Amino acid sequence: MADYTLKVRRYQPESGEGPYWEEFKVDLDPSLSVLDGLLQAKDRDDGSLSVRCSCRAAICGSCGMKINGQSGLGCKTQIGEAHEQANRRNGGSEPIVVEPMGNMPVIKDLITDMESTHWDKIRRVTPWLLPHGDPPEREYVVDPESMIDITQSMACIQCGACVSSCLSMEADPEFIGPAALAKAYRFVGDPRDAETKERLHDLAHDPHGIYDCTHCFSCIDACPKGVAPMDQIMRLRRKAGEEGIEDPNSGHHHEMAFVKIIEKKGTLDEVALPRESFAFGVKGKLKPSKRAIKEVLGALPTIFRTIRSGKVRAKWIAPHHKLPDGAQDEVKDVYRHAEEHREEFNLYIKGEEGDEEAAVEEGLEPPQSREEAVK
Amino acid sequence: MSESIEVAYWPGCVSRGFTPELHGSMAFTAEKLGIGLVELDRANCCGAGVIAEHNQELADTLNARTFALAQQTGLAMMNICSTCQGAQSECQQRLDADSSYRAHINEVLSGQGLAYEKGKDGFTNKNFLWLLVEDYGLDRLAEKVVRPLSGLRVGPFYGCYIVRPKERLGYDEFPERDLYLEKVIEVLGGEVVEYDGARKCCGFPVITMNRETSLRQAGTHVGDAIDAGADCLVTPCPLCHLNLDMQQPEAAKIVNRDLGLAVMHLPQLVGLALGAEPKQLGMSKHIASTKWVEERLAAVPV
Repeated sequence: MADYTLKVRRYQPESGEGPYWEEFKVDLDPSLSVLDGLLQAKDRDDGSLSVRCSCRAAICGSCGMKINGQSGLGCKTQIGEAHEQANRRNGGSEPIVVEPMGNMPVIKDLITDMESTHWDKIRRVTPWLLPHGDPPEREYVVDPESMIDITQSMACIQCGACVSSCLSMEADPEFIGPAALAKAYRFVGDPRDAETKERLHDLAHDPHGIYDCTHCFSCIDACPKGVAPMDQIMRLRRKAGEEGIEDPNSGHHHEMAFVKIIEKKGTLDEVALPRESFAFGVKGKLKPSKRAIKEVLGALPTIFRTIRSGKVRAKWIAPHHKLPDGAQDEVKDVYRHAEEHREEFNLYIKGEEGDEEAAVEEGLEPPQSREEAVK
Repeated sequence: MSESIEVAYWPGCVSRGFTPELHGSMAFTAEKLGIGLVELDRANCCGAGVIAEHNQELADTLNARTFALAQQTGLAMMNICSTCQGAQSECQQRLDADSSYRAHINEVLSGQGLAYEKGKDGFTNKNFLWLLVEDYGLDRLAEKVVRPLSGLRVGPFYGCYIVRPKERLGYDEFPERDLYLEKVIEVLGGEVVEYDGARKCCGFPVITMNRETSLRQAGTHVGDAIDAGADCLVTPCPLCHLNLDMQQPEAAKIVNRDLGLAVMHLPQLVGLALGAEPKQLGMSKHIASTKWVEERLAAVPV
């Protein structure tokens, strides 16, 4: 047993007062959870301390919260570790800071309203199967192999921790967000669904859709079930690209401009990137879109500033860095090989210990397979 | 610890493009510290996550090629960009996980006389920040400081790719990697400014797709740092620098307030404490003026 201090951000709407901090002393084994600590405080000190919880085993997804600023589940965070985390910079006796989830309105204390920021967004991605044709007489028969790809997104327990942590949503509340987009991939990747392209088209065209993710990895660290929502968003982008979907947000053009520049030049030419992302068609048949013209005009002040500061110099003074003799051809070979195979190695499925050959080579024990690990 | 450190140096794309002052200040600072840089001039872009979003195998192979070039030198690799660190670590994790996948990737590299080997101890690729703390050592850095940054209030800004996901970025072995900037600032004699945005996103990855979301993020963090009393920010990521510095006047319009906060590259901040003149570190090439930083330092005699 050990003593811990929980510093809880409290709020009671009926009081008419704003949120405030309150500290609770609790006494429990370090291997027990932050949720256990909160329940002890509720039991011993203040019965009005409100927290949503049920299974206490990271299955029901009820007790999403922020602990020392990190979004996750109260029941899956050991209080001893949370204490160490709170004290790793200053040492000593800093309290464990517990807050309601972010990006959501607070109903009371640690209970948030997930309706507008989570459930509405989940419904936004049509989270059910859209098959074509008559349903089969009995169940749908699918090859188990074809479902493996979506097992990761199916592991979601709807706790909202990823939404709480999302830095894009912090800046753009309309962003569809990590949970809903991971759910979208669950149906895009399902072999029974017949509206894959329509789904991708919809999510790519939405200005707050797949191209609004800022690639900050917060949702990956927040998710208690290893769903890695950001990875699912990248899969949606990849699939949208493979379907040839061109979006008005320049997402696909930006991706292709980047890919082509590296194939041609080996390193990124930042002057060429926005030019080719926005005005993909200037040299070709297409006219630049209205948005492209607006974006390029909007970028003019920045361009002038960079020239004035000497950051960017004219190409004839300082040409883009070129790879030396033959290296660019090697990069092109890499492109030919990889574009031919397009293999996607999924660590969630294969597991990091899937390297049995190497494990044997290095004299390590043959690891457990994922199925065994689950048991 | 060995007396001299030599690394296979991957400068990245942006340090030779929009932030030439980063490349220059790294060269200066490395020389002062006695870190030998063997530049990987044949290496290619890390893909910044964008190439992986297009074709994961392509990103993995491009980075395997860079790692193989580094391995040819027999040295550990060093980068100076959080985004390179994150994108390369992501590919390395997949490459290291499976020997048959590695063999598949090496098929094309073998034609170039290259191969990426996982090796017994694994391949090491560290951002300058990690190398400085873990290999060079803060005590040794402290000995090199000739002009302590006394009184300079510095806000750390890490860049997402170097702090998340923790499991991929070696936090099991080095759990304090997201505190290193604070440690370095203190060793250089500066004062750490705590503010909300230190480990948040600069917004750069969506600048093309959603300029407003992007610049709102940059502007908010710069504003928060100013409100917390910062004289400047410091970042190990040149892409963060683009949004925080180059786009700062535009970000100010989006968040509707005055900004004007110098944003230093990590080697520049170290270089200042090692006695370099601001001009030697390319500080005049910034968009947000660094004058205030220079004045603060001048106010405290060396």
